[in-house]
Amino acid sequence: MTWEAVIGLEVHVQLATRTKAFSPSAVAFGAPPNSLVDPTVLGLPGALPSYNARALELALRLGVAVGSRIRRTSRFARKHYFYPDQPKNYQISQYDEPLCDGGAVDVIAGGGVHRVTLTRIHLEEDAGKSMHVGAVSHVDLDRAGVPLVEVVTEPCIASADDAAEFMRSLHRLVRWLDVSEADMEKGQMRCDANVSIRPRGARELGTRTELKNINSFRFVQHAIEHEILRQTRIVDGGGRVARETRLWDAQLGQSASLRSKEEANDYRYFPDPDLPLLVLTDAAVDAATRALPELPHARFVRYLAAGATADEARTLVGDRALADYYDAAAAAAPARAAKLCANWLLSELLGALHADGCDIADSPLPPASLAALVALVDDGTLSGKLAKEMFADAYRTGDAPGAIVEKRGLRQISDPGELGAVIDRVLAANRTQVDTYRAGKTQLFGFFVGAVMKETTGRANPALASELLRARLDAK
Amino acid sequence: MARGVLDIARGVAAGETTATAEVDACYARIAARDGELGAYLAVDADAARAAAAAVDRARAAGQPLGPLAGVPISIKDNIVTRGLATTAGSKMLAGWIPPYDAHAVARLRAAGAIVVGKTNCDEFGMGSSTETSAFHPTRNPWDATRVPGGSSGGSAAAVAADLCAGSLGTDTGGSIRQPAALCGVVGIKPTYGRVSRYGAIAYASSLDQIGPLARSVADAAALLEVIAGRDPRDATSLAADVPDLADAARATDVRGLRVGLPREYFAELDPHCRGALDAAIAALRDAGATAVDVSLPHTHLAIPAYYVIAPAEASSNLARYDGVRYGVRADARDLLELYTRTRAGFGTEVKRRIMLGTYALRSGYYDAFYKKAQQVRTLIARDFEAAWASCDLLLAPTTPGPAWRFGERATPLDMYRADIYTLSCNLAGLPGASVPCGLTSQRLPIGAQLIGQPLDEPTVIRAAAAVEARVGFRGLA
Amino acid sequence: MTTLSREEVEAIALLARLHLERDEAERMQAELGAIVDYFGALAGVACDGVEPMTHAVPAAVPLRADEPEPSLAVADVLRGAPAVRDDLFVVPAIIPGGD
Repeated sequence: MTWEAVIGLEVHVQLATRTKAFSPSAVAFGAPPNSLVDPTVLGLPGALPSYNARALELALRLGVAVGSRIRRTSRFARKHYFYPDQPKNYQISQYDEPLCDGGAVDVIAGGGVHRVTLTRIHLEEDAGKSMHVGAVSHVDLDRAGVPLVEVVTEPCIASADDAAEFMRSLHRLVRWLDVSEADMEKGQMRCDANVSIRPRGARELGTRTELKNINSFRFVQHAIEHEILRQTRIVDGGGRVARETRLWDAQLGQSASLRSKEEANDYRYFPDPDLPLLVLTDAAVDAATRALPELPHARFVRYLAAGATADEARTLVGDRALADYYDAAAAAAPARAAKLCANWLLSELLGALHADGCDIADSPLPPASLAALVALVDDGTLSGKLAKEMFADAYRTGDAPGAIVEKRGLRQISDPGELGAVIDRVLAANRTQVDTYRAGKTQLFGFFVGAVMKETTGRANPALASELLRARLDAK
Repeated sequence: MARGVLDIARGVAAGETTATAEVDACYARIAARDGELGAYLAVDADAARAAAAAVDRARAAGQPLGPLAGVPISIKDNIVTRGLATTAGSKMLAGWIPPYDAHAVARLRAAGAIVVGKTNCDEFGMGSSTETSAFHPTRNPWDATRVPGGSSGGSAAAVAADLCAGSLGTDTGGSIRQPAALCGVVGIKPTYGRVSRYGAIAYASSLDQIGPLARSVADAAALLEVIAGRDPRDATSLAADVPDLADAARATDVRGLRVGLPREYFAELDPHCRGALDAAIAALRDAGATAVDVSLPHTHLAIPAYYVIAPAEASSNLARYDGVRYGVRADARDLLELYTRTRAGFGTEVKRRIMLGTYALRSGYYDAFYKKAQQVRTLIARDFEAAWASCDLLLAPTTPGPAWRFGERATPLDMYRADIYTLSCNLAGLPGASVPCGLTSQRLPIGAQLIGQPLDEPTVIRAAAAVEARVGFRGLA
Repeated sequence: MTTLSREEVEAIALLARLHLERDEAERMQAELGAIVDYFGALAGVACDGVEPMTHAVPAAVPLRADEPEPSLAVADVLRGAPAVRDDLFVVPAIIPGGD
């Protein structure tokens, strides 16, 4: 029998706020332990929650971007489980009335775009961090109360590769929208995966396991691949997959079951009496929708249509600032030079920025300068070699390319009269070689080109130089 | 008669007395009486004297004084006070010193009031007699063999015996009004959301409200006016402006007021209470009101609805007492044992309600219990809305009878039934007050309860003042 | 009369993380049964289409501006804690990733 996998993901995304979800304690990464804690975060007797307006704004932005139905009234609910990093021993989340129902993420994979349908997006708060040290655990509550959205997909993902691509697209989208910094190394985006297998083509879903604690794109892929293989081995061996939660251990490259007495949980959800209904007006939803920028998958398609390769297009939409830079540069450059623009941006500029550890936003070379440079290459004013020199100059000084050309006398020699005079001088100075060439040793042609380039400090138009050299050398 | 909140504030402002003298006199009375009554769980004389001295210095320097400057106030022990031990009557919090003030306490301090101590209460507010306090019982100043009511029994007893000028209590199902009635003082439960709950240790969050207890309607109104108003840290606190409650307390004329008498509240009234209630009704008629017969047909469902909703919310609110971040921790071999052994430290009534609430919220039971109770709550609220068509406020007994003897209500259900007349007001979120309206033949106080429309504390206070002015009730102190 | 089984009482106690002594569990079993019986009054009430009243006031949740305010001093955070090491709360070992 052949099996197919069915995968659903639950992705936690930290919203880019300055303060916690339900209290004004600051949010920061790497602060001293328990230094970002107020009475509400600590779950002190008497402390109460009040929701962060910015968190709602960011969650709404994501919701409209993925085309969810936005509830005009949604509700916070308490989810109960005892855990030392959960100060109240309940988490404020949303249950049967989440902010966003449905929607879909447009996933860029290979040269195309496909959609992964969402079940919902809801608001919740993060837990603290616990560290296990032998017979005890240590708890730091700095992360407790950080605002999250949980993005839940339908069980509609068919492979570990697709799951990883979904994660990349969601990551790109939330960063694109400034909804989240989504730094996975800082735990700002984390994923649980529900995985099951069924006979290929079957409609019924198999028993699923839940994989927890997946915190990189690579681990998403490994953990799910590993789980599909594990389940396949079980059913091929005549066994049954147990419904359970498994914890992915990235170092061991395997998962382990989390069954325990404490796992017999019943979350006892009920509407949080401390938090009345969350109400959104039509006007607020409309405004959020109108304010959306062009989304990455739409840009990707546009770049493909404009002649970019899939790799180029994907790289360009990897970062909104990069894509915006490209759009600005391409708009300022001659229409036929769009592709040249992409080449210069992706190779020269990104290379230089990368070497300096800078982002595109810090580029000393504005889009207009890159466009001007590309125009000079495109119309033959600059040779490739000169253009690179000039790029380096412009990158270093921030001067406009036109000004540098004049300042350094870098203009290419494309005038046949001027270049012809240079060539005549070179041939006169190398009589012996001319005779040898004319005697049949035509390999010497490269020597003459080099000599012309040396004489012009590289400014000779190479095509014209070759043409004029041949005309003179081959004339008897 | 002992001087109250307004008398002391006026005297301090006028230089006839000093905050220091008032606080010293208050502690002298506590020293003399509280050994017997057990109204206080903690006092902090040093901090109170320092605060009083600051008031006196401010007055000497000619600085403006707050409206409650120099007034000794006690705070129920389930309201947090910065730097002053707060236990909610529970061993679970023994020794805990809060790092912050409840919003209402901060408002009182800003108004110049002096916090003299923390008053005893049923553990986490769960009880009707103050007997579930983990520390000691509180005795009714009218008869030391009887309970003071609860859960704000320490506050009511302290006010009745003049061990403070006024007190803040909390009311989840009658916990201000019921002990106020049984101790012969005035208690007000404001409209839900009128006073911030920030710093009130949660029992049942959708029902809890902080309110004042005092020896006169005007004193209670003065305290309420200071603590009321929107607080951004409590998402359920209302943005409504705070009306002039002192003015409402002065106006004893209620001409044209239609007072509804809900017949369900008078059907099984203890005969000892009847006379006092009749006096209250007659007082309002004398003052120009008309009495109207009304019906609140779902009243009999208030107890079952309340005892599903309140324990369900309590089971959630009390999950945080786990011995990890604060409070008492039991010895344990592993984490599960740490939780279960630590939480074994709750008293029996608290455990019972946590169990009940956990039962009602379980998956598969939620619709039949919690959701159903919330629907019944809607029906109870609708009863009141219907009544407002024919009346402006309601008058009813606060309790079915006077204070009972310790141990008299033996089973949990007996105890739960003591709250029958006060629960509906919390379920519907309405403002209510209890004002003394007479004594039984055994010289035990009886309270009349006034229930108003949402945010209509002024009418409740006006009617209470009219009753107070005419029934001629004389308090103990 | 509703009866809760002993197992049911124990399951609820575990969910609530309450250790009950033997006699306590027996008493609780009887008392809870009586109270749940009393709740029976709710079962007969017709509530079809009646909106549950989850909050006493029908207001929308107010939102808080995303402006930081000072956190508690670390010493105040930890002052009441039963066990602390290096400014961290200490508990018996957690089974990793329990939720």
